[in-house]
Amino acid sequence: MNPGGESMQTLPLGVDYIRFLPEIVLSIFGMIVMVLDPLVDEQRSQKHLGMVALLGTLTALAATLLMSQYPGSAFWNMIQVDSFSVFFHFLVIAVAALVILSSYEYMTVQRIRAGEYYGLILFGAVGMALMSSAVELVLIFIALEISSISTYILAGFRRREAISSESSIKYFLLGSFATAFFLYGVALMFGATGSTSIWQISQVLHSRVPLLAYVATAFMFVGLGFKVASAPFHVWTPDVYEGAPAPIVGLMSTGPKAAVFAVLLRIFFQANAPGRFWLIWVSAALSMTLGNVAALVQTNIKRLLAYSSIAHAGYLLIAFAVPQTAIADTGISSAMFYTVAYAAMNVGAFAVVSHLAGAGEHRVELEDYAGLGRRSPLLAATLTIFLLSLIGIPMTGGFFAKFYVFSAALKANLVVLTIIGVINSAIGAYYYLRVIVLMYMREPREETALPRVPIGVGITLAITAITTICLGLFPGRVVNYSLRSAHELVHPEMSATDIRRPSVIR
Amino acid sequence: MLHLALFSIFGAICVAGAVNLLVQRHPINSALSLIAVMTSLAVEYLLLGAEFVAAVQVIIYAGAIMVLFVFVIMLLNAGEEERTRGSRVAILFGIPGVLLGGVLVAWTLIQRSGTDEVALGALPGSPTIIGWLLFHDFLLPFEVTSLLILIAIMGAVVLAGKPEAETQQTGKGH
Repeated sequence: MNPGGESMQTLPLGVDYIRFLPEIVLSIFGMIVMVLDPLVDEQRSQKHLGMVALLGTLTALAATLLMSQYPGSAFWNMIQVDSFSVFFHFLVIAVAALVILSSYEYMTVQRIRAGEYYGLILFGAVGMALMSSAVELVLIFIALEISSISTYILAGFRRREAISSESSIKYFLLGSFATAFFLYGVALMFGATGSTSIWQISQVLHSRVPLLAYVATAFMFVGLGFKVASAPFHVWTPDVYEGAPAPIVGLMSTGPKAAVFAVLLRIFFQANAPGRFWLIWVSAALSMTLGNVAALVQTNIKRLLAYSSIAHAGYLLIAFAVPQTAIADTGISSAMFYTVAYAAMNVGAFAVVSHLAGAGEHRVELEDYAGLGRRSPLLAATLTIFLLSLIGIPMTGGFFAKFYVFSAALKANLVVLTIIGVINSAIGAYYYLRVIVLMYMREPREETALPRVPIGVGITLAITAITTICLGLFPGRVVNYSLRSAHELVHPEMSATDIRRPSVIR
Repeated sequence: MLHLALFSIFGAICVAGAVNLLVQRHPINSALSLIAVMTSLAVEYLLLGAEFVAAVQVIIYAGAIMVLFVFVIMLLNAGEEERTRGSRVAILFGIPGVLLGGVLVAWTLIQRSGTDEVALGALPGSPTIIGWLLFHDFLLPFEVTSLLILIAIMGAVVLAGKPEAETQQTGKGH
């Protein structure tokens, strides 16, 4: 029985596995961590397992490099390796590596058991990486669930704090609800086009657009909008971020978000899902405004950064509103640049927060940052870099991120949306500057010595700060790469690959 | 004709069961009406020619999963649900919202979707084809699902285990 006709070959080829190699490597290392967990001594397990996990992410980065040499699709058009997916593979795996690095000391201070923690980060990274290369809605759904479920669990890892369990259960319940919306959207899209493959959906939608496809797009956007914390699906964000362990917040506000943005880019620009303009417009405007205004009154640094992440999701969504014409490339590439810049500054900011939080995360109020400039000049300086980048001051990655998004929007004649974005950037500057003023111009509340910055956090801060500044000074390479991948995404026929055997459902 | 009649009857049972599920205030009653929903869905699948999916629906959803549901309800000893102000507000806005959404989706479904029309029961749904799809075209999602299940198990172990503080203290006591 072979309904496919063309796809006679019954076993995956060797090259298929290379195109899937980073995910395989991450899964294997995740399992190694879990097997080693009971074998190593409890006191020393933290560091050792962390090293293994870090080694896993570094190997996965190498595997991504190998994978990038073999563009094309694998496993019967389930995943596709192009420069777009390579870009997001690098991003999410690097985020996972940095979060693992910044977790070393944190784990000891908070007395969290290491085994499952590192394992879940690695498995979550599998889901995120897979999301960026999957070109089949069913696989995207499974990858989305892998990444979401591991973050639900990671959010509840501070077992002795009720607030952490609250965060986990809230995230889980609302997240499952949102996933159901996404799944319903996938089912409707299948009903409208007869396929779940991004490539075939785009072909069907090129010839005619059934009304059902609009409903399907809206449902999928509800599900994915929740995952990127865009308004009006953002309500969970501050509570979840407040309760979850600080390094994990650094992970879940960047890694899964970047992956979901990759999925959104594929659904909107590659599969041509119709009717995105007003969905995106309203959601972007609401996210920016609600996020920034609510952040003004926060007194807890984690909640402040949570609202800031909602606002940044809004800025990023602006890029998605560009029409499917020649300028689509600019929109996509500006969105990709934004995810990188945002990942660098946010992982860095949360590394500082998790270092300063102390046992039980008691020092997360803004007041605790008063006088940090005197108590630890270097730490304050790095946090200042990240905050300036979050504002979008020139010479930082955040500036070019906003600049490219706004200029793409202006090219697409989205004047009102751009104005809303610029006004919001100005509002946002206030609460980021407030933290900087607190750090440098106020007396510290307590004169106790700060713990020394451990080496893991130090490396994380160095890498993220240098990345943030480099993106602000020499954005060219990343922009060129993202432009090229955007071009491949919109015009897949241009990229010389051996893909697109038709699927069997007929 | 018989097909259409059966389809409509079981469709009606399915919707009625789903509404009853929401209206009932005792969790056990809701669980029982969920069984009615699952079973009538299985009949619908059968009528559409998907006999394998229908069998799986009965065995897994109406069987295994519902048993778990009922067990959990029994274990938690869940009593009658209480109506709070929040739930009244939810009803106030939820029912019109659901009706509006339902009408919208139904209306778009009635519109010609553009995909080719097929007669009831004409689509292939035999175990052979499903097996081919599952282990050939959808091999990767099938395999990756194992990772998903592994993570779920890890989550259960982590979140249900004793917090570290207690285990450490008992460890010191020895």
